[in-house]
Amino acid sequence: MDGEGQARSGRNRLIRPYAMTRGRTRPRIELAIEALVSSATIPPRDPSTLSTEYRTIISLTGTVRSVAEISALMRMPLGVTRVLVADMAEEGLVQIHQPALDAGKPDLNLLERVLSGLRRL
Amino acid sequence: MGFAGSDSGLSSTKIVVAGGFGVGKTTFVGAVSEITPLTTEAVMTEASEGVDDLALTPTKKTTTVAMDFGRVSLDRDLILYLFGTPGQHRFWFMWDDLVRGAIGAVVLVDTRRLADSFPAIDYFEEAGLPFIVALNGFDGSHPHQEDEVREALTLSPGVPLVRTDARTRESVKATLITLVEHVVKTSLPV
Ligand SMILES: Nc1nc2c(ncn2[C@@H]2O[C@H](COP(=O)(O)OP(=O)(O)OP(=O)(O)O)[C@@H](O)[C@H]2O)c(=O)[nH]1
Ligand SMILES: [Mg+2]
Repeated sequence: MDGEGQARSGRNRLIRPYAMTRGRTRPRIELAIEALVSSATIPPRDPSTLSTEYRTIISLTGTVRSVAEISALMRMPLGVTRVLVADMAEEGLVQIHQPALDAGKPDLNLLERVLSGLRRL
Repeated sequence: MGFAGSDSGLSSTKIVVAGGFGVGKTTFVGAVSEITPLTTEAVMTEASEGVDDLALTPTKKTTTVAMDFGRVSLDRDLILYLFGTPGQHRFWFMWDDLVRGAIGAVVLVDTRRLADSFPAIDYFEEAGLPFIVALNGFDGSHPHQEDEVREALTLSPGVPLVRTDARTRESVKATLITLVEHVVKTSLPV
């Protein structure tokens, strides 16, 4: 995973991907940027019925990854990634693990886990 | 409002690392990340102000913001993401997204360029996101005393101010721990 190797920005590269979503910019479900995506427990589908992007996302999420990671690794804008991942979840192609929030914020239990995790690093 | 559809034990959370250009955000993230920091891009088009379908509005001006991020596995079921983003007004469309559900923020400050951190501090105060200020010591130089910095940034007394070295894992770890402890403290009922 090489940050340096990622393609440089360019207007066309950023706009054209919305063709993959047929112009839609709003995902079916709201997805946090850090939401985790996994295809590990999903039964495989005949790849010939899936688009290249779907296949790439399925293969990337064989190990769990965030929406942000999928966007970065596929060099696809965040908005496009969200639309595709939300569609795929709807079709049962990936599983989504949203962050656990309590009234929009991480709860105390989560904060304690983060603290002990950081101390162990 | 929360996010839809969450079930298994697997979970993730995030911390925002903000500050002016070149202040050491990527270095900070990279010091604790288990992956080489990756870059994701968000695009804002005028269309996203209320039109959902780009196909209907093909030519619009766009603003792009790149964010670096790293990943830290904290336990078997919990992944922490650190997002580094430039603190600039024109990127605020992205910040709303970043701040939502975040634990809090580390505002990295170069004491030679204090004013670069004003927009980030204003934003987090406004958004009600807990944050700490971390002075990143370039070449060990800290020309300002901490109380001078506090005054220059008009920090309220409750906001922790620490010194850090974005290149050192232990220092970055300690800074993150200070942030989370601060968040725990501010979230407890008084
Ligand atoms: N001496 C010293 N140099 C540092 C420190 N932190 C970062 N640097 C250097 O400062 C430069 C900029 O650091 P980055 O981490 O790229 O800063 P950034 O905030 O991500 O920069 P932008 O993304 O361009 O806004 C790099 O050459 C780092 O090696 C520090 O604590 N001390
Ligand atoms: Mg950077």
